[in-house]
Amino acid sequence: MKLNQSIAISENGFIFNPATGDSFTLNNTGMQVVSLLKSGKTIDDIKETLTAEYDVDTMILERYLQDFISDLKRNNLLLEE
Amino acid sequence: MECRKINVGITGLNNIDSPGPGMPVIRGIKESPCFDARIIGLAYDHLEPGIYMKEWVDKTYMIPYPSKGKDALFERIKEIHAREKLDLIIPNFDAELFSFIKLESQIDQLGIKTFLPTLEQFEERHKSNLPGYGKKYGVDVPKSEEAFSLNDLSNILRSFQFPVMVKGKYYDAYKAYSPEQAQAYFIKLSAKWGYPVIVQEFVDGTEVNVIALGDGKGNVISAVAMRKQYITDKGKAWGGVTISDVSMLELTHKIISQTKWRGGMELELIRTTDNKLYILEINPRIPAWVYLAVGAGQNLPEALVKLALGMEVKPYTSYEIGKMFIRYSWDMIVDIDMFSKLVTSGEL
Amino acid sequence: MEKKVFERPTITKLTPGMPSKHGSGAAIAPIRYIEGLKIDDLLEKYGSPLYIFSESVIRKNIEDLKRSFTVRYPKVQIAWSYKTNYLDAICRIFHQEGSWAEVVSGFEYDKARRNGIPGEHIIFNGPGKTEAELLKAAKEGAYIHIDHFDELFLLAKVCQANNVTARVAIRVNMDVGIYPKWDRFGFNYENGEAWDAINRIMANPQFKFMGLHTHIGTYIMTAEAYRIAASKLSELAAAVAQKFNHYIAYIDMGGGFASRNTLRGAYLSGEDTTPSFDEYADAITSAIINSQIKPDKLPAIILETGRALIDDAGSIAGTVIATKRLTDGRRALIVDVGVNLLFTSFWYDHKINPTQAHSGLVEETVIYGPLCMNIDVIRPSLMFPPLKVGEHFVISRTGAYNNTQWLQFITTRPNVILIDTNRQTHVIRNAETIDSIVSNEQIPDHLK
Repeated sequence: MKLNQSIAISENGFIFNPATGDSFTLNNTGMQVVSLLKSGKTIDDIKETLTAEYDVDTMILERYLQDFISDLKRNNLLLEE
Repeated sequence: MECRKINVGITGLNNIDSPGPGMPVIRGIKESPCFDARIIGLAYDHLEPGIYMKEWVDKTYMIPYPSKGKDALFERIKEIHAREKLDLIIPNFDAELFSFIKLESQIDQLGIKTFLPTLEQFEERHKSNLPGYGKKYGVDVPKSEEAFSLNDLSNILRSFQFPVMVKGKYYDAYKAYSPEQAQAYFIKLSAKWGYPVIVQEFVDGTEVNVIALGDGKGNVISAVAMRKQYITDKGKAWGGVTISDVSMLELTHKIISQTKWRGGMELELIRTTDNKLYILEINPRIPAWVYLAVGAGQNLPEALVKLALGMEVKPYTSYEIGKMFIRYSWDMIVDIDMFSKLVTSGEL
Repeated sequence: MEKKVFERPTITKLTPGMPSKHGSGAAIAPIRYIEGLKIDDLLEKYGSPLYIFSESVIRKNIEDLKRSFTVRYPKVQIAWSYKTNYLDAICRIFHQEGSWAEVVSGFEYDKARRNGIPGEHIIFNGPGKTEAELLKAAKEGAYIHIDHFDELFLLAKVCQANNVTARVAIRVNMDVGIYPKWDRFGFNYENGEAWDAINRIMANPQFKFMGLHTHIGTYIMTAEAYRIAASKLSELAAAVAQKFNHYIAYIDMGGGFASRNTLRGAYLSGEDTTPSFDEYADAITSAIINSQIKPDKLPAIILETGRALIDDAGSIAGTVIATKRLTDGRRALIVDVGVNLLFTSFWYDHKINPTQAHSGLVEETVIYGPLCMNIDVIRPSLMFPPLKVGEHFVISRTGAYNNTQWLQFITTRPNVILIDTNRQTHVIRNAETIDSIVSNEQIPDHLK
């Protein structure tokens, strides 16, 4: 799973998809996940990073990460490998 | 003349196809020799064009929609005031006026002036109250009734002849030629602006308007009459000309002196074929075509600023007849970074 | 190093007209405490969902209402509207503050009596009083507010047969310039029905004509309507004085004062548009004082204000059960508070806040209750922060009608607690169990 590389990310939580013209806002955790994806990290890497940083149960993290990933897909921001 | 530095908060930067009055109000203030104004835009939508017109609007902040409640609005104004030291705010939307009127004394305590109608003045001129208003002040108004449900609407329509005007509580009006059309507009308008929806007798004739400014003591500080020359499919004037019509100005004086109206107002009138003037609406704020008044010699925004700041203002007594305004649209080129900054930080 | 609190990652597509998160913070700010007690702790202790009432807010509301009227008018009596909330503990707070009871059924009447209210401090309203209820109320000296001619004749018959006298008033309906016009309760003013009823009452020696009552509607957003109602009742009172030389003891203005909830379909927030007690009081008292009634004969004003006194004293706290993405892209939250507990969600856009901090980013959300029924929608659309499963929220201003109109539907009802003025908590109604529901059921032998 890879982030569509043409996507423009500004660090304040705004992303722009040049292919579709859609703009999005993200919250801090959303931004973090997208940045990690953009830098080529895998979902497992991301899980590891977030578990280390946040007080969160692995099951819950997995649940919402999966949710978020499907939102990214729904908005054409992720490329299936 | 001494040029006074002021910071003015202004809403209504949506100069789109159904424009808000913010930009022409800003032009009036910027052109005034009495003021050196820094303009602080207060915007609801990220795409209000005025936000990006940096030569007119020095800085813009996003503010919460009126439906979020006046407390949220007040908190935001405090934040903005802490950074911009506002001298006054000119709200330009009908739908936000209620909140600003309710907040008037709180805002005043911050040291920010406004120049608004009283709550009583604001309420009694509501479209839904127009028949009572007509009776009270002895002016002609079309027959109108309020509908709170589709059932109501069909009862009301029995006493009207088609076409009828179907109007939203704050904005938007449609002409309906059948009960089915009226119903469709009712649903649309109630979803957008809440209840009631107003059903008004359709009066045929020429649409004429007056822009005016009352000082709150019964005096007319400014009044300019205009005939719409080109009306868009949204019912907005796209071109108009100042006219010399004594009866329109007399009507304006009558209303302002009787109600002691405070602030800007617009009278939407119809002159029928038998030469009677009907009041269709009394808008409790400056209309979007205000710059025509400035161009015709009455800088109404400047006068409003002076009244708000407690300065002395001499009433305008004349204006140039035959001045026209022709509206045009203009495509600005904006980088998405500006948009992104506005969206994420709430200011630009 | 302490780990950070995890907020569900969210992404929101920007669309025109979407509210900016900047400045709307106050509306969705977390509410962590009620009366200084942490909501999360209360849920932990008493279970979720949970009804929470604040005794101090109730007492303060009563005091505010009383003050608004007593500074303008000499005689004012509040009668607690039982149907708004008849949990005994709640009623008793009102009675301790001097409120009478306003009841609309034999059941409510008996509840008021059990709460120690004597008949002569009970106002008995409603269109459906039975013969037995009328007799009891007459004997105990309650104020019987007659709703229609059939009741007037029935009460006359009861009084005659049992040789008792009854203290009576009539309910009057009228046009006060508002929508909808309530004409189903009481006698009409404009068509002379009310005057006719008064004449019949005055002609019956077993009736003591005590007062005039109106209840112009519910959730009245304009104080002006009360001014019109009060002046019409005052005209009737003056006419009675002129014709019979009889001075009524009270004018009962009923209820209908709005709380600060936002009605569905309203554009502006109820917090901004609801008139204050002072505005209502000014309209009512000035209409009576300026009427033809002689100053030394001014009747008492009775107020049956229910909603505006109790709504903001009650909240419901609950928990997120699940989050979903609907096919149209909107976020859905399934929570453990359904319309069975929050009947008022059918007509209010209830204020809902999370009990924990969030980043400020909100997304369009539908909030569903837990019932397996399509009608179970708490908020069809609002901008809401991304709550996770198990996180808590609190719905404000739920104190009126929800503990009387609630439904025993699909599931049992939870605990109701009261936080007293010393911040001590008390369960005032235990969570139901299956036994509390089935105890009245009977099974025929052949099904055993």
